[in-house]
Amino acid sequence: MRWKTRGVLPGFGLSLGYTLFYVGLLVVLPLSAMVIKASSLGPSELWTKVSDERALAAYRLSFGSALVGSLVNAVFGVLVAWVLVRYRFPGRGLVDALVDLPFALPTAVAGIALTTVYAEHGVLGQQLAKIGVKVAFTPLGVTMALTFIGIPFVVRTVQPVLEEIDPDVEEAAAVLGATRFQTFRRVIFPSILPATLTGFALAFARALGEYGSVVFISGNMPMRTEITPLLIVTKLEQYDYAGATAIAAVMLMASFSLLLLVNLLERWARRAEA
Amino acid sequence: MSGIIGTRAASARRRDSQVGESVFVRMLLIVMALGFLGIFLVAPLVTVFASAFSQGLGPYWAALAQDETLDAIELTLLTAGISVPLNVVFGIAAAWLVTKYDFWGKSVLITVVDLPFSVSPVISGLIFVLLFGAHGWFGPWLSERDIKIIFAVPGIVMATTFVTFPLVARELIAVMHAQGNDEEEAALTLGAGGLSILLRITLPKVRWGLLYGVILCNARAMGEFGAVSVVSGHVRGLTNTLPLQVEILYNEYNFVGAFAVASLLASLALLTLLVKKIAEWSVSNRQAKRDALRSAEARPLAASAELEGVRP
Repeated sequence: MRWKTRGVLPGFGLSLGYTLFYVGLLVVLPLSAMVIKASSLGPSELWTKVSDERALAAYRLSFGSALVGSLVNAVFGVLVAWVLVRYRFPGRGLVDALVDLPFALPTAVAGIALTTVYAEHGVLGQQLAKIGVKVAFTPLGVTMALTFIGIPFVVRTVQPVLEEIDPDVEEAAAVLGATRFQTFRRVIFPSILPATLTGFALAFARALGEYGSVVFISGNMPMRTEITPLLIVTKLEQYDYAGATAIAAVMLMASFSLLLLVNLLERWARRAEA
Repeated sequence: MSGIIGTRAASARRRDSQVGESVFVRMLLIVMALGFLGIFLVAPLVTVFASAFSQGLGPYWAALAQDETLDAIELTLLTAGISVPLNVVFGIAAAWLVTKYDFWGKSVLITVVDLPFSVSPVISGLIFVLLFGAHGWFGPWLSERDIKIIFAVPGIVMATTFVTFPLVARELIAVMHAQGNDEEEAALTLGAGGLSILLRITLPKVRWGLLYGVILCNARAMGEFGAVSVVSGHVRGLTNTLPLQVEILYNEYNFVGAFAVASLLASLALLTLLVKKIAEWSVSNRQAKRDALRSAEARPLAASAELEGVRP
């Protein structure tokens, strides 16, 4: 076992063997089956399937609303993390625990609940309808759902970094005459930027593939409120396996690029910390 | 996505710091943050329970006692009962591997373990349809032997296992990494074998992280919608899990029923958050105790060192 470089505890062979077996059977085999299926289509057929008008509209909606949703989360995630780390107020522990709700709540439950809240007669939908904003069954509704499921990512990546910032640095800035806002912009913000971007990319990746919480609030109108994962499901229901696989391959490529980006960002964050 | 480890040292020092925002800015930021969470998190959560009980307890119980709902509960319990233990065993093996050794290709392995997180649930279902569906790789072989995987229970279990598979591993990797290997290596020098190190030292050390991982994995397994919806085929009473039952009832405009079933899943989610909170609390408590012990031990030592220095 030349490639084991460190570690004296027993069990290397067993845990390596079992992990590789399980990962291979459950992850690598199924995913490569999909990649092989997609590449067996041939370039021109693949291209027609992934670039028809309905698919393009679905990509636009998925990427656009995921982008807006995770941008909202980047801003408010930093705000929530800041408030949770820096201030003491009644119910702080409860709020901190609730941030993880989108992780634990099944997406279908989130979907029907968001639809009920933002439907025309819903608690908040009613108020928004008065000022002429329609949420349910519009791209805005899709964005709201994608914002919901992305909430924990930025908060949970920024929170530990904010906790680690040495108060001396902020005091030094204040002594040197910086205003509180200048200290935030020039001292605190640069140190939480890598974590914020990581959280943003994670939220974006999650939003891109999200299905359950969106299908109820979007109304699923082709060309208008049909997200890409739903298009895959629709094609599957029509037994168009080739079409579904082709579009899934596009989505998979997008998620892998994002995963790569997240890894690079995390490496950058670690270097910034060191 | 974060583990249950947090640091307290910097925040404790910050409380004594003189630098901070004015009361007005503080209040404004708190109100904005709570407003955001109120609109996006609290409103939907309250809606689930408010709609479930909107017509009182009677219709709520009636909705839950329907045969189809009971079948869905049974299938959901079965699915989680298979996929959670599988992922727990894998999680322990993977965390042991990743935190006890350095080896070639480790970071690639960690990335592959994380893959199911970045794959759309719909694609997670699709890959099993491509493998085991009627037109899939093993489809003809399976249909010759009259084995059904897609549109049947095995497919649901597989898709659920795939979707929830990194959860325990991730949680354990974070906790084991933070706690280090000192105790394990000490036990090894005292002659303990691998299995007894795992059972008597490592697992007790990480029990809260493990518990949270299991509970989160369980909640996600019971609540998975996208992947299961692709492989289930929606056969009523046979391949409907709880989230699919929520969808069916909702699409039939049976809102009380849909939210009654949803309230079960939402309660499970709240329980998950509670366990996480307790786990965090116990970890930071133990950390504080250990720090206190360490500084108590350090003080007499420092004192005697000083004495020795004074001695001619």
